[in-house]
Amino acid sequence: MARMATTRRVVISTIGAWFFGFLIFFPILWMVLTSFKTELEAFAIPPSFLFFHWTTENYVTVQERSDYFHHALNSVIIAGGSTLIALLIAIPAAWSMAFSPTKRTKDILLWMLSTKMMPPVGVLVPIYLIYKSFGLLDSRIGLVFILCLGNLPIVIWMLFTYFKEIPRDILEAARMDGATIGRELVYVLTPMAIPGLASTMLLNLILAWNEAFWTLNLSTSNAAPLTTFIASYSSPEGLFWAKLSAASTLAIAPILVLGWFSQKQLVRGLTFGAVK
Amino acid sequence: MGQITLQDVQKSFGPVHIIKGADLEIADGSFVVFVGPSGCGKTTLLRLIAGLEDVSGGKILIDGKNVVDTPPAKRGLSMVFQSYALYPHMSVRGNIGFGLKMAGLSKDETNRKVEAAAATLNLTPYLDRKPRELSGGQRQRVAIGRAIVREPKAFLFDEPLSNLDAALRVQMRIEVTRLQKQLGTTAIYVTHDQVEAMTMADKIVVLNGGKIEQYGSPLELYEKPANLFVAGFIGSPKMNFVTGEHALQKGAATIGVRPEHLKIERDGAGGWQGTIAVAEHLGSDTFLYVDAGPFGMLTARYIGELSLHAGDRVSLVPDPARIHRFDAGGNAIRG
Repeated sequence: MARMATTRRVVISTIGAWFFGFLIFFPILWMVLTSFKTELEAFAIPPSFLFFHWTTENYVTVQERSDYFHHALNSVIIAGGSTLIALLIAIPAAWSMAFSPTKRTKDILLWMLSTKMMPPVGVLVPIYLIYKSFGLLDSRIGLVFILCLGNLPIVIWMLFTYFKEIPRDILEAARMDGATIGRELVYVLTPMAIPGLASTMLLNLILAWNEAFWTLNLSTSNAAPLTTFIASYSSPEGLFWAKLSAASTLAIAPILVLGWFSQKQLVRGLTFGAVK
Repeated sequence: MGQITLQDVQKSFGPVHIIKGADLEIADGSFVVFVGPSGCGKTTLLRLIAGLEDVSGGKILIDGKNVVDTPPAKRGLSMVFQSYALYPHMSVRGNIGFGLKMAGLSKDETNRKVEAAAATLNLTPYLDRKPRELSGGQRQRVAIGRAIVREPKAFLFDEPLSNLDAALRVQMRIEVTRLQKQLGTTAIYVTHDQVEAMTMADKIVVLNGGKIEQYGSPLELYEKPANLFVAGFIGSPKMNFVTGEHALQKGAATIGVRPEHLKIERDGAGGWQGTIAVAEHLGSDTFLYVDAGPFGMLTARYIGELSLHAGDRVSLVPDPARIHRFDAGGNAIRG
């Protein structure tokens, strides 16, 4: 009896998990499906799920009308560059706060997080004017800079929590073994922090890749990443659902592939320290 | 060589004095145990010697050279941590050889030394495993291997056996002692377990509240405790203390008698009389916990089996030659 009840519970929770998983995935699936429809079928009511005229003409049109690879390259540079710089600043910052904290360390951490509580739109005008005077509008360096600053608090927080999980004893053992601070970082700390570093890097890449507020407001064409590329398909001429979907699918594809291949690392990093 | 001398070593964390001036002379090749209740400063004292904490005052001499400003690695000591502190991403070989690698030894030299250390500790079959693939006892041995491979002036052990189960702890205790004698290297060993202290040490340092209460061989501490604290801390079960008129008669504020120095008499008229509250029969020993009215609860130990039970009346006669006397300040009265 007890075994039957357990089996039933497993079956029900499995069905439930699959249902919720599908529910969360559905918008992406729908977007991909829509990208293969004609504009007419894209907003047909009732919508057809799988039985429609499959076409790739949206992708052709999108590529003809705007240069996908130009925007994709911008996205790679902006997301990659801002992540790299953020990590270079955050690793030493988090390291010093985790291993030689002072009375003010907690306050500093909280202060950094508090900057994320301010809505970006509140500083849009001053930032825009500063960027204008420095000639940073529609430049890749300008976007790298603003996204790096925007994500830095989260990166430091994440790394700080990972570093905190590394037992002090091990670092002391390395010191007794004669490792200098530099060698301690290279041979002991970094290898132990790799899961945490990798997941922080991935999360930051995803956040920077999808960031739309600053990229839309501070770039037009030269430095415009894929977010701007998508936005150009919901323009004053009216909505073109199928083309918008095709553009969005193209925009998320690289990051989706990256996420898929690194999901094990990502999950491990995000639950790091949760299980001893 | 590994002679370690402490001269008025002090340590404070802010306003809190953890070590209140410690003087100590540790002879080359000896096995010294720091023992005391938790929070007595024994681990701090070890970390000061290691160089993992900076002293607030005083000198630490290793082979006559003051090392208070020398970084840990340059002191020529090696440490075994309570948590083992193995590098989780390195194999056993990598763990044991890390110090040699940092010292810039050649690969061949490192391998030769690592393999020799592994052979001593029966770790040869596990050299290519990661720490997570080893049992607790094996991890402990890797930590010891990492310490011996560097041929240090002294080993520092910080409660190294406290994470092992009881049976393994006894076995490792013997192994560590044997290894230390074999290598002839000075060892300082921190523990809160007085049985470990008594069995392993050449000399014991009893610490309490940041002060050294007594420094001597295990038997000196057992037979001539310097004060009430050492008397109560060394020996299991604990020494019995009696105060009041009975102590005054012997010219002391407190007298102490160890449970094994109380003669147990059934229905006797002399000595300290009372009723057995609990009787523990271990076969090899019998422990009696006796409610002796004005003398308080007394513990008596009988070697072998004694068929007495809770509720029986007994009288306990202290061996007059084995009575310890203490003054009002808690210090032993000699003579």
